[in-house]
Amino acid sequence: MRADEGDGADAGASPTEPDRPTLARAVDLPLEGRDAPSSWGRRLLIGAVLLWFAALILIPGLALARQAFAGGARPLIAALAEPGVQRAFAMSLGITLVATLVNTVFGIAMALVLVRQRFFGRSLVDGVVDMPFAVSPIVAGLMLIVLYGPDSAIGGWLESRGFQVAYALPGMILATMFVTVPFVVRELVPILREMGEEYEQAAHTLGAGRWRTFRSVTLPSIRWGVAYGVTLTVARCLGEFGAVLVVSGNVIGRTQTATLYIAEGIESFHPEGAYAASLVLAASSFLLLVGMDLLRARLERTREVEP
Amino acid sequence: MAVVPATLARRAMQPAAALRGASLAYLGVMVVVPMLAMTWQAVEPGPRAFWAAVSEPYAWHALKLTFVTAFIMVLVGAVTGTATAWVLVRYEFPGRNLVNALIDLPFAVPTVVTGVMLVALYGPESVVGAIAGKAGWKVIYDQPGIILALLFVTYPFVIRSVQPVLLSLDRAEEEAAATLGAGPFTTFLRVTLPTLWPSILTGSALSFSRALGEYGSVVMVAGNQPLLTKTAPIYVFGEIESGNRHGALAVSAVLLASSLLILVVLNALQRRGEVRDAS
Amino acid sequence: MSELRDLDLGARPAQGHPRLASRPSLSYHRGTWLAPRREAAAGTGDEEKAVAIEVRGLSKKYGAFQAVDGVSFEVQAGQLVALLGPSGSGKSTILRTIAGLETADSGSVMLTGEDATALPVQQRGVGFVFQHYALFRHMTVRDNIGFGLKIRKVPKDEIRRRVDELLDLIQLGGYANRYPSQLSGGQRQRVALARALAPRPKVLLLDEPFGALDAKVRDELRTWLRRLHDEVHVTSLFVTHDQREAFEVSDQIVVLADGKVQQIGPPQALYERPANPFVAGFLGAINVLPLRSLKAGSIGRGPETWLDQPPADHAEAYVRPHDLDVFAERDGKPYWPARVERITPLGSVVRLDLRIAPDHPLHIELPRNRSLGVGFAPGDEVYVSPRHLNVYDRAQNSFQPVDVHRAMGLALQEGAGI
Repeated sequence: MRADEGDGADAGASPTEPDRPTLARAVDLPLEGRDAPSSWGRRLLIGAVLLWFAALILIPGLALARQAFAGGARPLIAALAEPGVQRAFAMSLGITLVATLVNTVFGIAMALVLVRQRFFGRSLVDGVVDMPFAVSPIVAGLMLIVLYGPDSAIGGWLESRGFQVAYALPGMILATMFVTVPFVVRELVPILREMGEEYEQAAHTLGAGRWRTFRSVTLPSIRWGVAYGVTLTVARCLGEFGAVLVVSGNVIGRTQTATLYIAEGIESFHPEGAYAASLVLAASSFLLLVGMDLLRARLERTREVEP
Repeated sequence: MAVVPATLARRAMQPAAALRGASLAYLGVMVVVPMLAMTWQAVEPGPRAFWAAVSEPYAWHALKLTFVTAFIMVLVGAVTGTATAWVLVRYEFPGRNLVNALIDLPFAVPTVVTGVMLVALYGPESVVGAIAGKAGWKVIYDQPGIILALLFVTYPFVIRSVQPVLLSLDRAEEEAAATLGAGPFTTFLRVTLPTLWPSILTGSALSFSRALGEYGSVVMVAGNQPLLTKTAPIYVFGEIESGNRHGALAVSAVLLASSLLILVVLNALQRRGEVRDAS
Repeated sequence: MSELRDLDLGARPAQGHPRLASRPSLSYHRGTWLAPRREAAAGTGDEEKAVAIEVRGLSKKYGAFQAVDGVSFEVQAGQLVALLGPSGSGKSTILRTIAGLETADSGSVMLTGEDATALPVQQRGVGFVFQHYALFRHMTVRDNIGFGLKIRKVPKDEIRRRVDELLDLIQLGGYANRYPSQLSGGQRQRVALARALAPRPKVLLLDEPFGALDAKVRDELRTWLRRLHDEVHVTSLFVTHDQREAFEVSDQIVVLADGKVQQIGPPQALYERPANPFVAGFLGAINVLPLRSLKAGSIGRGPETWLDQPPADHAEAYVRPHDLDVFAERDGKPYWPARVERITPLGSVVRLDLRIAPDHPLHIELPRNRSLGVGFAPGDEVYVSPRHLNVYDRAQNSFQPVDVHRAMGLALQEGAGI
């Protein structure tokens, strides 16, 4: 129903975060104000949009599934049971775990600093946080090679101590961390800004210390935002390819992640394992997407409850 | 001398400052130092060497290909993205919620897997690819494949940028145009589109920036033939592998500078837009 | 509904108005724009008055919710009429249906004598002013006002002249090249009004035009709109939930509740002679008191004799707070005995909260000068006498207004003892 009166309809033009050129987030579609597709022009437009969506997103996904199941389920399972595949997935998960943990802690801290503190150069830092979004994964990998490669000052020093960064696991972790730096921060900054400082100040007046306030006031209010940011981070970590490729040196079996395994499998013309692994990754990204969707609904709800 | 420990002690006692110091240090080590190190190594040999590395025919072609494909992708993506956002917000049809939920899939799917998917559907060995091949079209392992891959990975940007604006758009403006005699098409052109422009531009700029650096999906579908389908990121990787560090660095610097420029300009535009729309 | 009597149903549709009837909906006429409306308002004679808007049997359902339920009314050419009602009374829906922004489930809309029910909004030739202005934010003030003319392909210099004329009218001459975001709320609403007026609409429809403004600007703009209307005389229908606004601005008020017309009439008539308890209560604060407990004073006869028909036992007296007097002593007038509970000075008036019986609170407003000498304190026993009241009979759903002084006078003439 159309709202009849406008009393207070103008309310709450809250000082929201200016739209940043970063991640867009899915939008809940309300039921109001929609038009039924009546005219032929509308139907044509809807048909075109759906066709485009199907050709670009939906059918390629189904084609992959068909390809992976080309010989039935048994070869698929066999391909996944290979030690190479399992090692690659274990590697991906390990890297994801470390990078997500570190960047979640950093992300919460950075978002708090950006929203709750005033300091010189704050808007510059705000921009720097987004930079990994603007960097090609290949270029990101190259940066780490330049900095930590065996012929660089830091890399040479570390290597003389017997610690290899580039072309080894630490480099791959660093590369993954680099590309996922912004996710949690970007998710939390608008939420913290919207939340305002009053809850925290109320806790302070009630005698709660900083840590106590953070644990029992701030963190519970931003937990769904954190979860959303973590989900995005995990998805990107699992899928990262270019940056990891450059720093890995791609020694078969030893420094191979799932995505590297897929690329190698396709290129070496024995693609069954690659298709199987692709399907697993696609399925997990689909699950992550479902998770994001649920979390988003959660986020919107908490926002409504706390005006 | 006694002053120093005292200040240090006071500093350490300020949790806020400590938190700030730690976060900034992490950001510096993770992001700023690698970027500066790379930029420094790229420009260190001097402008002449830099220009030589960039204008070298293979590098030049790779850069040109990257920008042209990204540009074509943006043109297509802006139209389809706006249309998709419009249809999702304004019309009711079966499957609407499913489509809306799956829009973000390209953000979640690994780029390599994207490449594998597209090859599986449009590759020369697939049904679609075979039909297209008979008609004389080559999609995968050719330049159209690159554009296809870019369209996939940037699919959500314009949609997710336009959608909230369309949702929050005051329908009264369109109604006002109607009461003043404007038909649906005129209303869209004169009233709705001007309001959507900034968001279409934002989504397009993000798509473009993303497309410049895209590697995983493109490398799977492009075929990587020099002077034909080798984009700049693929070129950079090849040069790293073959030991031409300086060639790789120069092209990387161009890519990085372009992406940053886009984001900075976009930010400035948005800030200006906010000043004008502040009401 | 009997209240529809207030509206002259006898007035014929607008064939008596050649100018309006003859012109196609989307044309644009040159010439000074005050002229045609003056003619319309002044008319050639009172009985020739044209009906500009005629709504017949309008109904609209949203799901299970009956938003508009068989609404009929007419608006005379040149009048300024308010659709007054609380939230959800359907008034905005009615207005939007007249404009063609919504379609009714049943009923018809006639604009200046033409059936507009099936016309798309573009061809109705109405001016519409939205609550939140709905100015095109990417266009300057000039482009906003000129939009409707541009759509009609009016020549450029003609548009320019017309926009300048309107800018003068809304007193924003120097603002032509500003953007809406650079204007205050009141200025924006004036621009919105000018934009709606630019193509010379047959009728002007305003949806809560002042709802988004703060109180002071709202007052100014209201007075301004009334003056503007006196100058321009374009038939105007506006929606409001604020009875004060309706009183201040309009010639006629259509009171709505629950999607139905409650009463139609000039503001003062509605205030003094409400048709039902809803109208009585909605148009201003009112006390509802048992008539039975009104004690006859020593002068004249009791309240039961004031009415043509003797009141039913359960009849209620509707009395406005300013129609009550308070006395420390009985002075011969009819009265309710009451106890003072609270005295609240409100600047120009003093508000007294009293209680007649445990379940009958009573509010009185006294002008400050009159209350100064009274010197009541909470807890005092006092006598409350009405000067004017409305007797409501629930069984018959009818009001009978009573002027107490006159009634007492009549009673005296008839020889009622002291």
